[in-house]
Amino acid sequence: MITLAATPQASGIPTGLLTMAYLVAGVLFVLSLSGLSRQETAKRGNIFGIIGMTIAIAATLLSGITNFVWLIPLMVVGAFIGMVLAKRVEMTSMPQLVAMLHSFVGLAAVLVGLASYLKQDYGADDKMVHEIEILLGVFIGGVTFTGSIIAFGKLRGSIGSKPLLLPGRHLANAVMVVACIWPLSVQFIGAEGTGGLTALIIVTVISFVLGVHLIMAIGGADMPVVVSMLNSYSGWAAAASGFMLDNDLLIITGALVGSSGAILSYIMCRAMNRSLANVIFGGFGTSAGATPAGGEEQGTVTETTAEEVADMMNDAGSVVFVPGYGMAVAQAQHVIHEISETLRGKGVEVRFAIHPVAGRLPGHMNVLLAEARVPYDIVFEMDEVNEDLPETDLVVVVGANDIVNPSALEDTNSPIAGMPVIEAWNARTVVALKRSMAAGYSGVENPLYFRENTRMLFGDAKETLTAVSENLG
Amino acid sequence: MLIGIPREIAAGEHRVAAAPENVAKFIKLGFEVAVEADAGQAAKFSNALYEEVGATVFSAADVWAKADIILKIRPPQDNEVELAREGATLISLIQPAQNGDLLERLAKRRVNAIAMDAVPRISRAQSMDALSSMANIAGYRAMVEAAGEFGRFFTGQITAAGRVPPARVLVIGAGVAGLSAIGTAVKLGAIVRAFDTRPAVKDEVMSMGAEFLELEFEEDGTGEGGYAKVMSKEFIEAEMKLFAEQAAEVDIIVTTAMIPGKKSPILITQEMVRSMKDGSVIVDLAAEGGGNCELTRPNEKVVEHGVTILGYTDLPSRLPTQSSTLYGNNLVKLLGLFGGGDEFKFDFEDEVVRGATVVRDGEITWPPPQTANPSPPPKPKPAAVQPQEAEEAKGGSSLFGILLSLACLALLALGWKSSSQFLDQLTVFTLSCFVGYMVVWNVTPALHTPLMSVTNAISGIIVIGGMLFISSGDQAVTILSGVAVLIATINVAGGFLVTQRMLKMFRK
Repeated sequence: MITLAATPQASGIPTGLLTMAYLVAGVLFVLSLSGLSRQETAKRGNIFGIIGMTIAIAATLLSGITNFVWLIPLMVVGAFIGMVLAKRVEMTSMPQLVAMLHSFVGLAAVLVGLASYLKQDYGADDKMVHEIEILLGVFIGGVTFTGSIIAFGKLRGSIGSKPLLLPGRHLANAVMVVACIWPLSVQFIGAEGTGGLTALIIVTVISFVLGVHLIMAIGGADMPVVVSMLNSYSGWAAAASGFMLDNDLLIITGALVGSSGAILSYIMCRAMNRSLANVIFGGFGTSAGATPAGGEEQGTVTETTAEEVADMMNDAGSVVFVPGYGMAVAQAQHVIHEISETLRGKGVEVRFAIHPVAGRLPGHMNVLLAEARVPYDIVFEMDEVNEDLPETDLVVVVGANDIVNPSALEDTNSPIAGMPVIEAWNARTVVALKRSMAAGYSGVENPLYFRENTRMLFGDAKETLTAVSENLG
Repeated sequence: MLIGIPREIAAGEHRVAAAPENVAKFIKLGFEVAVEADAGQAAKFSNALYEEVGATVFSAADVWAKADIILKIRPPQDNEVELAREGATLISLIQPAQNGDLLERLAKRRVNAIAMDAVPRISRAQSMDALSSMANIAGYRAMVEAAGEFGRFFTGQITAAGRVPPARVLVIGAGVAGLSAIGTAVKLGAIVRAFDTRPAVKDEVMSMGAEFLELEFEEDGTGEGGYAKVMSKEFIEAEMKLFAEQAAEVDIIVTTAMIPGKKSPILITQEMVRSMKDGSVIVDLAAEGGGNCELTRPNEKVVEHGVTILGYTDLPSRLPTQSSTLYGNNLVKLLGLFGGGDEFKFDFEDEVVRGATVVRDGEITWPPPQTANPSPPPKPKPAAVQPQEAEEAKGGSSLFGILLSLACLALLALGWKSSSQFLDQLTVFTLSCFVGYMVVWNVTPALHTPLMSVTNAISGIIVIGGMLFISSGDQAVTILSGVAVLIATINVAGGFLVTQRMLKMFRK
C-alpha cells in the first residue's frame, strides 16, 4: 500500500484527508504539465498547477502546524517577492529568472535536509536509509544551488560566458564526489545522534564547490542545456527531500520535474548533435577556435543596406525570419513583428523558423515572439520549415549564427558537424543581420555569409530593422 | 577624380555603362561623374535623371578629353582610343585575347585599360563579373525572344475551349545563361530539360525546376575557369544521339555552348532541325562564335525547315535598362576594389586588380602571370556529414549498461535492507518518472520556456518540507526551515505568475 503522507502530526486534519489532498495535488500537477502540450490548453494547465499547489499548501497548513506566527509572514513575504519578480522580469531575461528559481529549489533542499537531520525525525525509516536520503538531498540541492547561481551570472553577463577550464578539472570533480562517498558519508552515517553534522556540512560545502566548478566549465552557448539540466537537478533534489520526509507529493513532483528537465536537456543535446556528457563536462568551443575549417578562400561578403532589404521584402512572395540570441540582445522582436505585419498586409507569406537551441533557454524565441504579439501559428519548428526553404524567396537571419551554419552539414571536420541546422542557404536570397563578422559561440566560421545569395546587413538588429521597416512604406 | 560615361557608338547598341542609380554610388565612392549628352537615352535614362543624382552632362568631346576614368561597355572603336586623355584609364569589355592590336594602341596612347571580361572568375570577384551579369540577361532574353517567335502558350492550360499542352524546352549548357533561360522558361510554365557535360550542375538544374538529361556515359566535363572542357569523341557521339532524340520532341531549343575566343561546337545539325516540328524555335546564344546550330546565321533570324533560328548576339542590349544597371553595379564594385575616388590605384598584389588590368603605364600587362590557383579545382562532393550519433550511442550504450547493472545492484541491496515504507516510496518515484516522461514528450517545443517556469513553480512544493519542520521546538531547525519556506514560496508565486504572464502572450 502506498501512503501519500506518513508524517503523523500531533493534531489537525486526519492523515487520510491529507493524503487525499496530496493525491489530488499530484494529479493536478500531471494535468498541468500535460496541458502545456498545446497553446490552446496551456493556460488551463497553469491554472491546474496553481490549484494543485494551493490544495497542497492548504492541506499542509491544516495538518497540525502550530508556528503560524513565523510561517504566515514568511509565506506572504515570499509570495510578494515572487509576484514582483514575475511582474518585473523582461521576457529577454527569462533565462536568468529561471536559473535563479532553480537555485532557490536547490537551496531549499539543502536547508530542509539540514533541518531534517537536526530534528532527528526519521519517520518510519530506519536511521541509515534516512541518512542516505538526507545526504543525497543535500548533495543534489547543493550542486543545483551554486550551479544555478553561476548559470544565472553567466546568463546575466556578470560572469564571462567563456568556459573556465582548470587543469585536471575532471580529476578534481572526481575527487570531490569520491570524498563525499568515502570517508565523509561513512563518518556521517556512522555517527550517533547529530554527531555527523560536521561531515554533513563538509558535504554541503563540497557540493557547493562542485556546482560552481561544473557550470563554470560550460560555455555561454550551452546554457540552454545547462538550464534544462539544472531544472532536472532541482527536481531530483525535491524528490530526494520527499524520500527524506516520507512525503509522496514531494516525490511525485520531484520526479515529474526531474524527468521534464532531463527530456529538455536531451532535446537540446540532440539539437546540437552532442552527447550530454560532452556538454556537462564542458570545454566546448575552445579547441575549435584553433582549427578554422580548411583554410580555403572564404570569398567576400556582400553588404547591403536597409533600403535594399526593404525592396527585397516587398518583392518577395515568401519571407522566413530566423531569430537567434542576437534578436533578444537587441530587443528587436517588436520591430520584426511590425515588419511581418506590414508584409502580411501586402500578401507576403511570412513565417518564423525556430531552432531548438536558439536563445538561452528552450523555447526562448517563441516567448519573445509571443511577447511581440507574433501569432504562434506562423511560428514553426526547424523541421517544419527546412523542406520549404528552397521555395522561399527570402530568409532573414536575425542575430543567429551557428544554427544556420552550412558547415554543420557539409564539413565533416567542423566542430559542429552533424548538428541539425536551419538550411537558410537553400532560399533564393538570405539576408543576415549581424553586429560584426565575429564567429558564433561555437567559434566556428560561418560560410553562409560568403555565399553568393547572402547579403549582410551590419549593425544593431533593432536599428537596422527599424530602418527597414521605415523603408517598407 | 572624374568619371566619364560616353555614349556607346556601336550600331544597335542600346546599353550605357552606368545607370543613374550606379552614378549615385560612384559619387558616394568619392568620384565626380560626367555623362555624355543622351548617353542613356536608348536605355531609357534621360539626361535629367543623371543630373538628379549629381552627374554633369558633357558633350562627347568633353567627356573623352576631361575624364580620368572612362566607363564603357563595348571595346573602344575607331578613333575612340585617340580621344582619350593620356594617363586616363579606360574600363570596358575588351576581349584582350582577340584584340591584341587594340591593346597596343592603348599602350601607345598611354591609356590604362581594365578589361571587365578579364576579371578573374573567383568567388571574391563574383560581384564584378560582368560576363555573368550579361549572360544572365542573355539567358532571360533568349527565352523571351523564343516566346515571341513561338506560336503557342508556354504553359499548359485546360480552358473552356479545350486543352493546351505545355511547351517543351531543351536548354543545352547550364552555365549562367543556361540557368537563367531555364528559370525563365519554368516560370512561363514550360516543361524544361537541360543538358550539360558537367555533372556537378545537375543539382542547380534540378533546383530551378528542370529535368537534367544524363548520358549513360561517364566523363566529367569540368574544365578551368568555370567553362566546360572539350570532351572525347565517344562522348560527343552519345551526346549528339541524345540531342537528335530530343530535337524531335521539343518545341524550343536554347544552346549556350560557347568557348571564349574559339569557334562554337556544332551541336544541332541540319538533320536535327529538319526533325523538329514546324513552328519550333531555336535560340543560339553561341552565335558570336559561329553558333551551336549548323544553320545559325549570327545576328539574324532565319527560318529553315519551318523552324525559326535566332542568332542574335546582342541579347543583353535588347534589355538595355536592366543590363546597364547590372553592368553599372559591377563597375561600382570594381571601382570600390580599386580604392574609390580618393585612393584610386593599381594594386598589383591584388589578384583581381592584376587580372583585370590589361594595360598600365604604356605597358601591356595581359595575360596576367599564372597565379597559384587560377580556378578552384572541382570540389569533392561535400560528403554528407553523418550525425555522430551512431558512434556515441555505442559508447553511450556501454555506459548505460554499466549504470543499469549498478542500479540493479543498488536496488537489490535496497530491497534486502530497507523497510516496505521506503519501497513504497520508490514505487511512487519510479512511476512518477515515467508519467513525467510521457507527459513532457508531448509538450510542444514552442512552450518549453513556460514548461520550465511551471516546473520551477511546482518544484517549489519543497515548501512543504519547510512547513513541516517550522513548528519544531529547536531554534536552528526553525530558522533553517523558515528560510526554506521563504525562498520556496518565491518559487511558487514567481513561477506560476510568470508562466501565466507568458501564456497570455501566445495568441493566434
